[in-house]
Amino acid sequence: MTSTIYLGFLNGYSPSWAEDLAPRVSQAFSLPTQPIDLELDLDLYYAPERRQYHATLIIARLLRYLPELDSKIVGITSLDLFIPVLTFVFGQSQLDGAAALVSTHRLHSEFYGLPADIDLLFERTVKEVVHELGHAFGLVHCPDYLCVMKASTYVEDVDIKKASLCSECQATLIDRSGKPSHR
Amino acid sequence: MRDRKILIVDDELSVRQSLQEWFREDGFQVETAADGNAALKMMDAGPFDIIVVDLKMPGMDGITLQKRVRELDKSAAIIILTAFASVETAVEALKLGAYDYVTKPVDPDDLSNLVRNILREKELSEENIRLKEKVSELSGLAPIVGKSPKMKRVLDLIDTVAETDSTVVILGESGTGKELIARAIHGKSKRRFFPIVAVNCGSIPESLLESELFGHEKGAFTGAQYRRKGKIELADGGTLFLDEIGDISPKMQIDLLRVLETKRFTRLGGNQEVTSDFRLICATNRNLEKLVEDGIFREDLYYRVNVFSVPVPPLRERREDVPLLAEHFIERYARAMGKARKALSAQAESILVDYRWPGNVRELQNAIERAMVIGTGPAIVPEDLPLPSDREISEPADRSLSAIEKDHIERVLMEVDGNVSQGAKILGIDRTTLYNKMKKYGLGR
Ligand SMILES: [Zn+2]
Ligand SMILES: [Zn+2]
Repeated sequence: MTSTIYLGFLNGYSPSWAEDLAPRVSQAFSLPTQPIDLELDLDLYYAPERRQYHATLIIARLLRYLPELDSKIVGITSLDLFIPVLTFVFGQSQLDGAAALVSTHRLHSEFYGLPADIDLLFERTVKEVVHELGHAFGLVHCPDYLCVMKASTYVEDVDIKKASLCSECQATLIDRSGKPSHR
Repeated sequence: MRDRKILIVDDELSVRQSLQEWFREDGFQVETAADGNAALKMMDAGPFDIIVVDLKMPGMDGITLQKRVRELDKSAAIIILTAFASVETAVEALKLGAYDYVTKPVDPDDLSNLVRNILREKELSEENIRLKEKVSELSGLAPIVGKSPKMKRVLDLIDTVAETDSTVVILGESGTGKELIARAIHGKSKRRFFPIVAVNCGSIPESLLESELFGHEKGAFTGAQYRRKGKIELADGGTLFLDEIGDISPKMQIDLLRVLETKRFTRLGGNQEVTSDFRLICATNRNLEKLVEDGIFREDLYYRVNVFSVPVPPLRERREDVPLLAEHFIERYARAMGKARKALSAQAESILVDYRWPGNVRELQNAIERAMVIGTGPAIVPEDLPLPSDREISEPADRSLSAIEKDHIERVLMEVDGNVSQGAKILGIDRTTLYNKMKKYGLGR
């Protein structure tokens, strides 16, 4: 059983909605959340030729901050993330593991040439954090358009879905929560 | 979704790892190989639905590997992974039968759209095989399903409309097997050698239903990286089955009406007219006439759609079919679970027959499946059937005296197999009065 979800904003990122995130994440998984200080030198993971940050390596680093073995940790950054092979990712996580990472870079309306919309950005961030955490809890992508575990490769996808798990994913989650993590 | 298998062949560890993670999150079972020889060995672990092959690898290159893989597995879709410089070689790979190529680094939209297209095509061809099985299963089933007079009438209707090419609307509560009936009509029609393509209009958000039905051109909206054929186009030559037709929006109603009138349409974001020769079968559990009266469903579309209607009775109106259906499901689950066939105890049978079955055949099927799983004895007994208390469920929503009278008369008539003299005797009224009441409530013949 997972005890706590730790939420950490990376490199001093402190958006105005930072404190509103925890209750929403808590609600999605019915688990307590705790803030955590994460002081990482992200420059180490910068790829100058791509002007992006290497998500897989950052996740490996995040694991060292894990307070308890049975907890999950999520890092939130405003920097643009990539994994080798793909041009970008909204987020990344260890499937059935302990750590997840979410970038708000491409969740801003401004990124698409639209006026800023803080509420929309917050909603998108909630969904992406819950989505990546879902993977960390062992869930894979869901075909239900409204389920938070629906795969989203463009931001309009994120807007269609809800911030919660569909009943099937919910059932899978409960089914799995009795079993220990594989990694 | 059942596990799809994918093999990733690339000499770079970081590429293998990140693609593996990415596809695992998508629900794939993923294998990786660092070079061509390892990949060929992995083929034993197949068959794979998709094989991703890096073009430039030390030793065996991607093109050679593709040829060798093709000899072993013709059905796997091959995606070539290439650096920007070698697009020409990638084009050569396409000529050799690769599904597509992508350049590194890959846009996640591109990759997921590509994968989705591959799986959709695979599913479509698999669906065609499945439905052939389903139809033959259903026709084998016909004597069972059709024992009650009401169901016999449905089967007769299926035979009649199958010969025509006209639009059909199947009306019935949910769980009555409307899709199975649509498939039976298709399977008996002259279009049976072409696909039947099903769309559940009620379960797809409005914004997506349009592109689902009409398809879209590349660039029609953000994320539309590929031209995609819609279900209407895919049904060309065959049958388009639209379930929950009563739920579509006013705009979709207009679009659909236009297609039915002209058999022509354009894909989203396109100008080119596409034609599709399909037969339309739709279904709904709602009262279309009422929807028309209320101005929710267009009258002109209603007349287009309602050329021929097939009403499917709820299970409670054909209780005499319950034991046979139950036996059928017992047999089917016994076979599927590799268990011995169970008997149906007399008490269990009478519980099943008396129950009101708000979820119809599907609910009965679920109840039997459950009983087959939890029951330990050689027969299904009442304890294996934890049906909700009938009293709460079967109380008619309409509690007026006439509703209850109708219900009661219906039950009595069912018990005496429609024999009016016997029914009148039980009810304590004379035959003429009973006939009048039957006429008033629309019961019987
Ligand atoms: Zn995901
Ligand atoms: Zn789901």
